[in-house]
Amino acid sequence: MDLLTYPFMLRALAGALIIGLAAPALGIYLVQRRLSLIGDGIGHVALTGVGVGLLTHQSPVLTAVLVSVAGAVAVELVRERGRTSGDLALALLFYGGIAGGVVLVGLSDDASNASLMQYLFGSLITTSPADIAVIAGLGAAVLIAMLVFRPALFALCNDEEYARVSGLPVRTLNLLLAVTTAITVTIAMRTVGLLLVSALMVVPVAAAQQITRGFRSTMAVAMLIGICAAGAGVVLAGSIDTAPGATTVLIALAAFLLTTAAGALWHRRRATPAAHVEPPDVVLHA
Amino acid sequence: MSVVEVRHLAAGYDGREILRDVDLSVASGDVVAILGANGSGKSTLVRTILGLVPVRRGEIELFGTPQRRFRHWERVGYVPQRLGAGSGVPATVGEVVASGRLARRGMFRPPGAADRAAVHEALAAVGLVDRIGDPVSTLSGGQQQRTLIARALAGKPDLLVLDEPTAGVDAASQEAFAGALTEFAANGGTILLVLHELGPLRPLIGRAVVVHQGRIAHEGVPPEPAGHHAEPGHDHVHPHADEEKATICEWAPTEGTKAY
Ligand SMILES: Nc1ncnc2c1ncn2[C@@H]1O[C@H](COP(=O)(O)OP(=O)(O)O)[C@@H](O)[C@H]1O
Ligand SMILES: [Mg+2]
Repeated sequence: MDLLTYPFMLRALAGALIIGLAAPALGIYLVQRRLSLIGDGIGHVALTGVGVGLLTHQSPVLTAVLVSVAGAVAVELVRERGRTSGDLALALLFYGGIAGGVVLVGLSDDASNASLMQYLFGSLITTSPADIAVIAGLGAAVLIAMLVFRPALFALCNDEEYARVSGLPVRTLNLLLAVTTAITVTIAMRTVGLLLVSALMVVPVAAAQQITRGFRSTMAVAMLIGICAAGAGVVLAGSIDTAPGATTVLIALAAFLLTTAAGALWHRRRATPAAHVEPPDVVLHA
Repeated sequence: MSVVEVRHLAAGYDGREILRDVDLSVASGDVVAILGANGSGKSTLVRTILGLVPVRRGEIELFGTPQRRFRHWERVGYVPQRLGAGSGVPATVGEVVASGRLARRGMFRPPGAADRAAVHEALAAVGLVDRIGDPVSTLSGGQQQRTLIARALAGKPDLLVLDEPTAGVDAASQEAFAGALTEFAANGGTILLVLHELGPLRPLIGRAVVVHQGRIAHEGVPPEPAGHHAEPGHDHVHPHADEEKATICEWAPTEGTKAY
């Protein structure tokens, strides 16, 4: 593990662990609401923010946060209206986001392909000490919000109309989810990359729910899978020199295959004896 | 005291007006059934009362407060027609029922012993305590419906609003249902429920309101099953019902859909 003696590796690892914990804690609500792909869409929009940052010589993380929060709020307002045009509006926003990002990055002084690839797929060496402070602060804020408001967010994502009749501030909670999605996407951009960020929100949740029965246990197991996959992903990527985001996502997918197999095995075990014990209620004689 | 007061209400979706000039008054302790054919506007009426469909004209009061300014949602328990769309992640029966405590507890306070006790009590009332740790998706349709009732009961409301709680529900669940509602009413609770047919809930219902094409077509004691009419003395035709709609009094409740 002499790799971990390098400060940049330690920073990348710290960033990945925070994101590995925060992304599934938020992602579980998106999955519950069947918005699994929203993080991906916001990632597209964040690229425009990166382009704005590079072009104007501001911090790309900061501009990406601002642009993706604006994008996420716009998406939420479209979703709230619930009209059929919503799907199309989202598509336009996402494609506009990625096209705008590619063009703006190309116009900037830092127009190399390498710089674009860093943001799209993540990189181990780009996380500066200032970045890690931002990632830690925002990541902790997302995590705390997701845990503290779990009962309310669960009620909201499980049955929005019921939440409304319960007197919950539905709109505020929806905007909270939109804003935290945008923040998570942006802080994960450095290590995981914008194109794979959503995988870290969704895959650990999908893996966890193969072996869990309730929401709380799914959240706990998903966070565990997320932090393990992110940590292992960064270390492995460092030692075999692969992209950290892609490595992390492959590890999370391996966890999904493992839990799916375990879940299937467990269900078969439970189902088999019952089939023998229970006699039929009615026996028909021909 | 009046629990629900609806006056000259008009409501609908987008460009379409569904409810027109609806009046309804539910007093404390009343058990009122809303009957009518599919698509007549029953769900729209209760959803408008709960603030889920915007009011176009007219007024709604809940517990004497105009609905727009009403804040005591812990006094209202809502049982929707079916489980909400969000079910991408497993949730246990206990977790779903626990969300019924939020209105009373507020979203900033973590759940405590009183919340857990109320969840147990509500599950006991619908006969599902032994399923508390099971994923909702493993329950039958009737048991899921009972879970939703338990969620509403867990908040210890004064008013229960139910939208076709017995549609497509097995006999055991129907009975568990009737039992839970009878107990709720016996303790002074007010019930407003949409029904497709009176069924086993018939003895509980004090008054029936018939919705037809977005208007109240008839209001009175519930019609007797098997084609017997309610006594004419207790019947009154709503002032807004015209000749054609008045004939709806003639139906037997189980034939509601076939009547038109
Ligand atoms: N969300 C909605 N958007 C648009 N129209 C709706 C919506 N919900 C119901 N409707 C329409 O309103 C009318 C009344 O529906 P509803 O109140 O659900 O009837 P019921 O509950 O009596 O079967 C129907 O014509 C239905 O198509
Ligand atoms: Mg209905």
